[in-house]
Amino acid sequence: MAVIAEPRTDAAVPRVRPRSPLLAYGRHALMPLLVGAALLALYLYVSGHELDRIERRSLNTEYLTSRIFDHLGLTLLTTALILLVAIPAGILLTRPWARRWASPILVIANIGQALPSLGLIVLLAVSFETLGVNQIAIIAFLAYGILPVLRNTIAGLQQVDRSVIESARGMGMTRGAVLRRIELPLAVPVILAGVRTALVITVGTVALATFVGAGGLGDVINNGINSSRDLVLLSGSVMVAALALLVDWAAGIVEDLLKPRGLS
Amino acid sequence: MTDVATGTIRLEKLTKSYDGHGKPAVDSLTMDIPAGEIVVLVGPSGCGKTTTMKLINRLIEPTSGRIYLDGKDVTRENPDLLRRRIGYSIQQTGLFPHRTVADNIATVPRMLGWSKDRTAARVDELLNLVGLDPDTYRRRFPKQLSGGQQQRVGVARALGGDPEVMLMDEPFGAIDPLNREALQNEFLRIQAELKKTIVFVTHDIDEAVKMGDRIAIFSQNGRVEQYDTPEKILSEPANEFVSSFIGAGAAVRRLSLSRLADVEVPDNWPTVGADDSADRRRVAAAGTDRDFLLVLDADRRPVGWLPAAEAAEDGRTVPLLGALGPGDTLYEALDRMLTYSSTGHVVTDAEGRYRGVLELDSLRTLIHANNSAAGQSQEVS
Repeated sequence: MAVIAEPRTDAAVPRVRPRSPLLAYGRHALMPLLVGAALLALYLYVSGHELDRIERRSLNTEYLTSRIFDHLGLTLLTTALILLVAIPAGILLTRPWARRWASPILVIANIGQALPSLGLIVLLAVSFETLGVNQIAIIAFLAYGILPVLRNTIAGLQQVDRSVIESARGMGMTRGAVLRRIELPLAVPVILAGVRTALVITVGTVALATFVGAGGLGDVINNGINSSRDLVLLSGSVMVAALALLVDWAAGIVEDLLKPRGLS
Repeated sequence: MTDVATGTIRLEKLTKSYDGHGKPAVDSLTMDIPAGEIVVLVGPSGCGKTTTMKLINRLIEPTSGRIYLDGKDVTRENPDLLRRRIGYSIQQTGLFPHRTVADNIATVPRMLGWSKDRTAARVDELLNLVGLDPDTYRRRFPKQLSGGQQQRVGVARALGGDPEVMLMDEPFGAIDPLNREALQNEFLRIQAELKKTIVFVTHDIDEAVKMGDRIAIFSQNGRVEQYDTPEKILSEPANEFVSSFIGAGAAVRRLSLSRLADVEVPDNWPTVGADDSADRRRVAAAGTDRDFLLVLDADRRPVGWLPAAEAAEDGRTVPLLGALGPGDTLYEALDRMLTYSSTGHVVTDAEGRYRGVLELDSLRTLIHANNSAAGQSQEVS
């Protein structure tokens, strides 16, 4: 009988854009095409030259493949170690009882990244002669790549709405359950952005592994410099750049896949 | 569990002090909250009302004192298990943005280990209860809802595990006034059905008067100045602080406490049936000096106003404006009269049948009777 209409509360419902796979992943298609074109251009350019003996020692399929796999292996191993150290550390440093350690530890991580990585890698090689070359390289790259993941893990966990955590606790979720089911999923986009940055940084710094004899595509660049063969130097550089772009591309796809729904 | 009604809360000498702060946030508060009632904690900011509420589910651990639920001391019980028995809803809703509406509401049932079927049925039941169609809203994410809808889901989620006790911290505080009113009414309708024990925190005395079966007025440090029914607080404020907090216009506020269902409404208005012949309409019009006759259908539901001067003609009616139901209060009756500035307002019963017609004069009589009944006769004008 009420003459006054009940106020409607469902007015102006924001529509969430439907996720069209084509639209969402279409932008990912461009990068491999560009990189492929660059690599094809490099191949055609190198093929157009008559290679001498020294150039042939670096620019052959077998040698390059082994250096690419070295490079990828070192990158992935380093990144895995970075995640293993930085994510648990980031979680710990956002717990109430350890929060006050967050700033000093971020300062240290900052120093790790600010140090010139070439200097660090050589310094480590000289100071710890007992360590193997791979271990030295990995420690140096670890120091260099930890910061973005640590910083983003802390930032990602801190940006989770306090009221969401409070209501979860208020409903009887344990601290561990709040971390696993609420905080971490909501921090995933920020953490993944840090992981992606660390990956790209690591691909670049792994090129320096050649200076302690740990291999990778840095060898190709170094050969080019030592033997004054610009063609070899160019090939090595373009391949490192292409690898960095492809790793970034793959990480971008993983980022999209792992992002929780309902957040955008 | 049987000697004390389930849902009863007793706070005994509850104190919360923080290191480095001189005065405790809540100082030796003792309070009984009866089962099935809405108890509103109201007061200025910093008065300790929210702290008091969070002490009940031990989101804030008391420094000293005891908390009893259903007569059982729960001060040392596992707080996570305790909280699963107590519904919790807050102003910012705190909905989990990465989970669907259904998953949000299922939070507590899942922790309680309910089966999938039982949980799914509970989700649908609660969505219906708060007026959201399950098929439309179940799979939405919180971002896809309006503020009012998020608040409804927040209330549904707090009811998830079918708790006897609910704690609500300004649940309608962030909603615009129009929707807040609708949500409050809806919530009162739900509560009439569910009869939960509800501790409701607000800083708005009007909301407290509207929602509360009892109101506790806090001044500072969790000090309760008066804990009583809204009627008593409005008519007999215990002290200076309470009178100044309820402010001017207590007499007008008290109008919102009397529902039309509980008062006598004059039913001597001339009426005609919708199927009556023109002759009978003319006879009815001749027998009164009113300008309009009320037209009722076969079930005695009001249809419209018939101008007396045209009673013998085609019987075309003027639409009803501002009809009042049994749930409306004297305050709403007065408000509607001022809004529509028409003379008569139809009052109906729960089935929508004609009960009588209120005019400004008859309303004034009712208001006067209401004020005398409240104990202390005050000037209305």
